[in-house]
Amino acid sequence: MNPLYQTPSQTVGPFLRIGLVHGEKQNVLADEHTAGKRICLAGVVYDGNGNPIDDALLEIWQADANGIYPHPADPRHSDVDSHFRGFGRVKNEDGGLYEFHTIKPGGRDEHAPFINLHLFARGMLLHAQTRIYFADEPANATDPILLSVPVERRATLLARLGEDGENPVYRFDIHMQGEQETVFFELE
Amino acid sequence: MENSQSFKPLDKERHPPYLYPGYKSTVARSPTRPLIPLRQSLAELTGPVYGMDAIHPLDNDLTRNAVKNAAPHGQRIIVTGCVLDDTGRSVPNALVEIWQANAAGRYLHHNDQHDAPLDPNFHGGGRVLTDRDGMYTFTTIRPGAYPWGNHFNAWRPAHIHFSIIGVNFQQRLITQMYFPGDPLIPLDPICNSIPDENARQSLIATYDHEITQPDWALGYRFDMIVCGPKMTPFE
Repeated sequence: MNPLYQTPSQTVGPFLRIGLVHGEKQNVLADEHTAGKRICLAGVVYDGNGNPIDDALLEIWQADANGIYPHPADPRHSDVDSHFRGFGRVKNEDGGLYEFHTIKPGGRDEHAPFINLHLFARGMLLHAQTRIYFADEPANATDPILLSVPVERRATLLARLGEDGENPVYRFDIHMQGEQETVFFELE
Repeated sequence: MENSQSFKPLDKERHPPYLYPGYKSTVARSPTRPLIPLRQSLAELTGPVYGMDAIHPLDNDLTRNAVKNAAPHGQRIIVTGCVLDDTGRSVPNALVEIWQANAAGRYLHHNDQHDAPLDPNFHGGGRVLTDRDGMYTFTTIRPGAYPWGNHFNAWRPAHIHFSIIGVNFQQRLITQMYFPGDPLIPLDPICNSIPDENARQSLIATYDHEITQPDWALGYRFDMIVCGPKMTPFE
């Protein structure tokens, strides 16, 4: 078959809740049977004027506590935690705050633990793609993707451990523009 | 950890840029620094897997999934099509989610202040999984056009929002489907943000009389193409 051309992206718009937010707790990735260290991942999305974007959609995709993705393309898929789906979605709230309740993923080979993030919003014609690493993770020092990011921008990819309540809260703010503009990726 | 089958990146000739000043909201919401090239890994080659337990039987019929006391107002339509990758392979078990305004051009959403009537029997959201041939079908109401605040006398052409979750995270796509012959399309900065004319046209559904059902609903065809593998070693 001849090659086809990709369908162009369009903005998710302001009314995404109607189609993409469903009754279930889509931002809760782990249940009581899920293995691993429970974490809350929280932050605010800011626009270029420093104002919170309060109509964004965030989607995360991550490996289980052993670094295995719940997907058949992972060669270790048969060993995946059956109580972990790996995918979460949240429409952020007034004030721009989002929260995910999940487990800290495992690393893999030379790769530090990380969570994949897709960001959608009104005013974004194409979603933005980034990764969330953990600031207190020693393996960051050797992670090839982090090392590929200019050193002065790496901190924008690090979630920082906040107050230690029942579960650790990692804070990860996203800045679309400005001094602290978050690093976004594109597949090469 | 690299998988032997790598996927194509997004085609920059086809997708809109982040910054398109004609669509004002992009100005403060677009990244300004170069994207960092990412060598693909399992993180991009994997993604959420859906089964039929994700779907309820009426989820793809927006003319019935929110009925309280009557059928919703408006022109009943059937929208069907195929999700393919750009090598032509169908994408089965893709989650297709849609949302739209009602026939009067009003969304069931607290932020929609357009002075047009809500329809108590219409919610405007639906979802379905593609079948083994990558096909999906929705029954819905033709949405109305509606004004928006981007510029003086700005109107969005009638459209349906589509979201696709395919075989992996790299195939993620959110787009909008337009209707053939709509004079608002060439005036719409969101549609015009797409640089390539053929790419813009690909978002306009085709009227298909074969899909139209007698005495029931008009039929439209809308196929969507997501990125595919660079190599197909098993073919």
